[in-house]
Amino acid sequence: MTIHELQENIVKEFEQYGDWEERYKHIINLGRALPAIGESIRTEKYKLSGCQSQVWINAKLDEGKIFFEADSDAAIVKGLIALLIKVYSGHTPDEILYNPPYFLKDIGIDKHLSPTRKNGLGAMMKQIQMYAVAFRTMLNKVN
Amino acid sequence: MINTIQDVKKKFDVEDVRKDFPILQRAVNGSELVYLDNAATTQKPQAVIDALTHYYTYDNANIHRGLYFLSEFATEQYENARLKVKEFINAISASEIIFVRGTTEAINLVATSLWREKYFNEGDEVIISNMEHHANIVPWQIAGGRKKINLKVIPITDDGELDLNAYESLINEKTKLVSIVHISNSLGTINPIKKIVDIAHSKKIPVLIDGAQAIPHFKVDVQELDADFYAFSGHKIFGPTGIGVLYGKTELLEMMPPYQGGGDMIRTVTFEKTTFDDLPRKFEAGTPNIAGAIGLGAAIDYLNQFDRNDLCNYENELLNYATARLLEIDGLKIIGNAKEKASVISFVIDGIHPYDIGTIIDTDGIAIRTGHHCTQPIMNRYNLPATARASLSFYNTKSEIDKLIVGLQKVKKMFA
Repeated sequence: MTIHELQENIVKEFEQYGDWEERYKHIINLGRALPAIGESIRTEKYKLSGCQSQVWINAKLDEGKIFFEADSDAAIVKGLIALLIKVYSGHTPDEILYNPPYFLKDIGIDKHLSPTRKNGLGAMMKQIQMYAVAFRTMLNKVN
Repeated sequence: MINTIQDVKKKFDVEDVRKDFPILQRAVNGSELVYLDNAATTQKPQAVIDALTHYYTYDNANIHRGLYFLSEFATEQYENARLKVKEFINAISASEIIFVRGTTEAINLVATSLWREKYFNEGDEVIISNMEHHANIVPWQIAGGRKKINLKVIPITDDGELDLNAYESLINEKTKLVSIVHISNSLGTINPIKKIVDIAHSKKIPVLIDGAQAIPHFKVDVQELDADFYAFSGHKIFGPTGIGVLYGKTELLEMMPPYQGGGDMIRTVTFEKTTFDDLPRKFEAGTPNIAGAIGLGAAIDYLNQFDRNDLCNYENELLNYATARLLEIDGLKIIGNAKEKASVISFVIDGIHPYDIGTIIDTDGIAIRTGHHCTQPIMNRYNLPATARASLSFYNTKSEIDKLIVGLQKVKKMFA
């Protein structure tokens, strides 16, 4: 599926939840289902500086596609991370860079992405794009 | 006994008081706002809002410059606000009241100006505590540029009280200043500030007090405390943002060079040399926050209607009620259990991140603070990444605390 289709699916998925409580419950469950990251990733090296919650992220390039793994100590942030991974993991750098995350706004949780909120999620999205830029540069050099 | 008009204080009634604060009537996320983040900033009574509107609608002019009616009238109001502050904290003279942007700027002013005066030399020491806000840490770290002032830190007990024995043992011949918070914004601890001042003064060391959280909670008398500097922010005592106060003893302020240069702080300027104006204008370069000062004056007038003890007693009643109710929640731990405490309650709940707590209860219109509260050293002290914090003011009610408890129970259920 393309990043666009994946985002559309999430928007549809969230339409079934009426109120905030239901939406957050769903986000928390998504976080719980996210595979645990290794202890070696849960370290300062992979930590994003955020004000309110801690976020760790790592990325690997495999056959031109980027795969992300990430975690947070806050359940809601972890759930939002799970959504970002669902959308962006397994895509090429160009695909990632040309498809910004509009679904967060559509499901009404874009306030978590605002830079002033300092919760690490905005930093995480930026980091995903930075990885894409870095891997694209690397791929261009190889070719 | 016959009371003069000034002596007759308005009886405190929380429901009446709430009507003075229009924002408390608004809805958030479909629910009535429950505002429990008063340590971050307080809400504004209509009287303060009206003072700002009135000033900009009818009285706006630059001060200390024009001889025309409006300029003189604006000057009079601005200086009248200074007099109100002087009375409010019982300073000896209005020239000891410097208007600044807030507590942060007040501390930066003292740190920078004392450094310029060569009051500090490289390696000199300032004593602070483990419970300081970043605003009372960073200014000392940056004041000397590449040359360093060393910070000596008074440790705290598990309950969140200062270790006064350790404090005494930190004082030595290199100690040049004690800079200490009156009430902790993350633990609520009321520090024994008079004792701290007396100990420092017995060794001839001046004391700066960060009063940002204390000023809204009880009456502060700078002469009684014998404070050398006392800093606070207008927006934490129901006044506007962007205005605050640095109180300093005249002899210290006289000795200190200006913090910023510009208009209104000078006497004569040539390209070769400038002489500076007298206190307090020496420290107020440029057009100040005139409306802010007038708004702060209105906030002081608002508070002065009441017997401050009534407000303080009510806040303590709320503190005790909230503490007892919070402790009913399984797995909840209060961080900061000093014997002397103001209505600021930091807490954590087992297995639930404060960020998640804050996000969920926000959906019901309940505003609390989550995070490190700009006191990272204290989070490290308790080995916590963050806490949730409810801070109460005299316009809060027990029923709002009940709503917080219901919200927290809902959070518990969601994460069960």
